Amino acid sequence: MAIAEQHKPNADDMRRSAWMAAAQAGDRTAYETLLRDCVPLIRSVARRQGVAADYVDDVVQEVLLTVHRARQTYDPSRSFNAWLRVIAERRAIDLLRQTGRRGTREVHAPVAFENYADASTDPASGLDRADDAGTIGQALAALPARQREAVQYLVIEEQSLAEAAASTRRSKGSLKVNLHRALKALRGANEREG
Amino acid sequence: MSTSPNSGAPYDRLIQGLAADLKPVRPLPPPLKRALIWLGFVLAAGLILSLIADLSLVGRRLMATPDMWFAMIGSILTAILAAIAAFKLSMPDSSRAWAWLPIPSAVLWVAASGLGCLRGFVLPETYVAPLSETMECLAIILALSVPFSVLMFAMLREAFPLLPGLTAAIAGLAVAAASATLLNLFHPFDAAAVDLLVHAFAVALVIVVSRIIGARTFAKTNFAQQA
Repeated sequence: MAIAEQHKPNADDMRRSAWMAAAQAGDRTAYETLLRDCVPLIRSVARRQGVAADYVDDVVQEVLLTVHRARQTYDPSRSFNAWLRVIAERRAIDLLRQTGRRGTREVHAPVAFENYADASTDPASGLDRADDAGTIGQALAALPARQREAVQYLVIEEQSLAEAAASTRRSKGSLKVNLHRALKALRGANEREG
Repeated sequence: MSTSPNSGAPYDRLIQGLAADLKPVRPLPPPLKRALIWLGFVLAAGLILSLIADLSLVGRRLMATPDMWFAMIGSILTAILAAIAAFKLSMPDSSRAWAWLPIPSAVLWVAASGLGCLRGFVLPETYVAPLSETMECLAIILALSVPFSVLMFAMLREAFPLLPGLTAAIAGLAVAAASATLLNLFHPFDAAAVDLLVHAFAVALVIVVSRIIGARTFAKTNFAQQA
């Protein structure tokens, strides 16, 4: 609600407010500058909330995505920093909850992990995997360019749909359709080989 | 705060992607204005329904049982304040304290309705609605809740609530209170115990269903669900 900073906008804040107002009007350069400029503030909020150093990047990424999806909710007459700070705090808390839940389910036991014999391991499986990789590589090469591109970004590079859409300049729908077709084609190729 | 030109370097690909995806947006009107639009729709529905309701019967009932005014004022205030709170909560930077806004009026609404019920025990001649009429009340509350919920959630979706569960529950309270207020037009008798229980069940059902619908409607705002 009321945040002290809101009443005392500094030069940084006013500059960011102006960039955000320009971004709302569709100015990509201002938007890119703003997002880059926000990163240190988001990182500092995340650290202050107690987010571990190796998770700070996750919070930054989520906050940047939230800013993008929620940009219509920003009122240019109000403090941008206050708006961003609350979003960053909420996202940091979300992450802490998520990692806390994961922590209650998982145990960190590296020695036990190293000593556990995987029943499914077979000395010949390395050769099989190499064969499979070769087959998949060939099948991938045979895919149409758009389908190959969808597999490359969404499966191999593990990008999110939004990131892949931005990287390839294609719509999320088109990426989904091409990935679906590619996976179908790869399955078909694998069955023919098998 | 100092700004380094490379501040966003590790996120370059994401930032470039988001910038490439940028489309002009119009800043949302203030939450209060959006709440008034929704309340205007409820008022319009009330005016239309009053054309088919027996207003003289409603008037006689309110004159005969003045404490029912409190229940009605409570439900009207709850609808107004819960709508304002829901639209405030739908903004990503809002304080969760807004959720308290409709609580005092909701207490008044529940307490005054309970008083009506108690009076049913004190005055034996009080008309007690048969089960069929009570079920009619349930049907009216649920039927009115559908259009009110559809509009409410469509409007809330335009924002980006980072407290989705709380926003949805308070939106459900607004919808339930608005529906219960309009029910007064078709409910010309005091709330006896069974009747009150059915009302409470209907209101709770609307809130719970809204909470569930809200969780789905606002799933895009969940952490790590945005892509």
